[in-house]
Amino acid sequence: MSSSKRPSKLFRNLNAKVASIPMILTALVVFVGGTAWTVLYSFTNSKLLPRLNFVGLDQYHRLWSTSRWLVSIENLLIYGAISLVFSLVIGFLLAALLDQKIRFEDTFRTIFLYPFALSFIVTGLVWQWLLNPDFGVQRVVRDLGWTSFSFDPLYNSSLVIYGISIAALWQGTGLIMCLMLAGLRGIDEDIWKAARVDGIPMWKTYLFIVIPMMRPVFITTLVIIAAGIVKVYDLVVAQTSGGPGIASEVPAKYVYDYMFFAQNLGQGFAASTMMLLSVVIVIVPWAYLEFGGKKRG
Amino acid sequence: MRYKFLTAAFATTVALNFAGPAAATDLEVTHWWTSGGEAAAVAELAKAFDATGNHWVDGAIAGSGGTARPIMISRITGGDPMGATQFNHGRQAEELVQAGLMRDLTDIATKNKWTEIVRPKSLLDSCTIDGKIYCVPVNIHSWQWLWLSNEAFQKAGVPLPKDWNEFVAAAPALEKAGIIPLAVGGQPWQASGAFDVLMAAVGGTDTFLKVYKDKDAKFAAGPEIAKVFKAADDARKMAKNTNVQDWNQATNLVITGKAGGQIMGDWAQGEFQVAGKTAGKDYTCLPGLGLNEVIATGGDAFYFPLLKDADKSKAQEVLAETLLDPKTQVAFNLKKGSLPVRGDVDLNTANDCMKKGLAILAKGAVIPWTDQLLSQDSQKQKEDLFSEFFAKPDMTLEEAQKRFADIIASAD
Repeated sequence: MSSSKRPSKLFRNLNAKVASIPMILTALVVFVGGTAWTVLYSFTNSKLLPRLNFVGLDQYHRLWSTSRWLVSIENLLIYGAISLVFSLVIGFLLAALLDQKIRFEDTFRTIFLYPFALSFIVTGLVWQWLLNPDFGVQRVVRDLGWTSFSFDPLYNSSLVIYGISIAALWQGTGLIMCLMLAGLRGIDEDIWKAARVDGIPMWKTYLFIVIPMMRPVFITTLVIIAAGIVKVYDLVVAQTSGGPGIASEVPAKYVYDYMFFAQNLGQGFAASTMMLLSVVIVIVPWAYLEFGGKKRG
Repeated sequence: MRYKFLTAAFATTVALNFAGPAAATDLEVTHWWTSGGEAAAVAELAKAFDATGNHWVDGAIAGSGGTARPIMISRITGGDPMGATQFNHGRQAEELVQAGLMRDLTDIATKNKWTEIVRPKSLLDSCTIDGKIYCVPVNIHSWQWLWLSNEAFQKAGVPLPKDWNEFVAAAPALEKAGIIPLAVGGQPWQASGAFDVLMAAVGGTDTFLKVYKDKDAKFAAGPEIAKVFKAADDARKMAKNTNVQDWNQATNLVITGKAGGQIMGDWAQGEFQVAGKTAGKDYTCLPGLGLNEVIATGGDAFYFPLLKDADKSKAQEVLAETLLDPKTQVAFNLKKGSLPVRGDVDLNTANDCMKKGLAILAKGAVIPWTDQLLSQDSQKQKEDLFSEFFAKPDMTLEEAQKRFADIIASAD
């Protein structure tokens, strides 16, 4: 190597850079390119086949005046709030309980994590049966003697989204618990000792010392939960296929139905662009705080 | 999904190649006929095609047209076309034809004089785009039927209704006997189809055409259509206890006498047949709900994607001719419960309900169906509206009608 010139920065770690070219290309072409293409065609009146025939914001006007889309958005918000709050709270509580040096910890961990091994389709079918008034929970309780007991969330338009959330929580909380448990184990034993010496009660130690220290774990968990919320589709298809009526529709299902069943690509693209936009609205301020802040500080 | 399907298709090809003569040309045919009666009917088509020395490779896709069509379309647009595929004739394949992906069958049609033998003429018209013929209609399926369970009415102690109005009047007695008056499954197309049937029956043929053919939004918001919505409201009340999803589960409620009746197309008849029920004795059918005896000429047709392989293209021609062969038409339609597309075939063995249908067809009381008149997009919007309407008892008629008129105003 010639010593007169410093090697260009571009060629440092050349092997690693060459090796990552396929992934960079995939990211650029498939993710960025695909996204740009979708957004572009959402301004056209493409039906079965993509066509560049621009109609301005027509597809978006129609989208936001469609009651099925509005119901979908409302459902996504309810479902999102429930799964965010409850999976964090329940996941953390379970992890904290498991962290008390209890016996059979491995067994409990396995039991709680097991539902995560099932796909959403299987989860949906299992809970469809459990919540079916003729075979499931309602039937069991009635057979026990409470004959007026009624519990059929999947057949009630105003409750159905909660029925779906229950299934999602059952499936996903175990993973959150494991992430939290890993975070708790990462806290130095000395901190606990110091807190005990100072006479701080346990719940206060968790709330004001341990949780702030677990910030990176919480952020990872949040991203995982949020991604799961926006893309929810298969669970709804398996459990209710959007019913009764349109009461449990979600945005991802709207996109699929309009792209393929209704043969209206433009409308489907407009809906998926709105989904992307909602993710961007959440991600951008967060990324700005997270990464922008660090540079200054 | 698609891999599984392809693997299955390959597996069939391989398995059957051992048995069949090596010289035959394999032609893959995709369709969504998978229920008991349907599978028996499609086997007749395969038998007839195999008899010509070629080989039918069955590509059945389970889960009704809504699931199957996206798979078929993505195969054709993705450059992996099958030999032939089922669609409902009408506008489902319109854009594929316009994009030049489908084969022009005009030569074969002229050679075999399809314009003379296919009846009613509107069937071939919906296969025709810009003066060229692109599909082969194989049957006529009509939606305009009310299927009634004789047992249920006997149990409730009311006489069998002769039309929709009497049926509505009998509903309280049925409910008292613990019977669901009207079975409507949860799949969106069922609610939407039932409404269209009510439109043709309660509103009449002219009303139906004015809304769906002329797409007169002002008329759709008017008092004539309000009457139809009133009838739909009756249907909604009568159907409120149906807790099933699929159409054949709903039909099964009628077969077992748990429901009084069902508005469903003539494909429901296949289910009655499989269950060993006799028309007139165990169940009764009222075409046009007994109010307006017309038959819509929807149905199934085969489309042939443009192929490069000369042998396969030749086999496509043979298949197209086989489908319209009088013998194939009789064998296929008897099993399917649908009506044949040619008037010159002999259907002596047809049952009561099919004979009623044939008589209406002979009178020429036919209307085009919404699959032929509306795009899939408008159809889907309509499905969304009516599945919401049927599931939500507190949705007012005015609101529903206003949204219906909006859909008609933007329909294409």
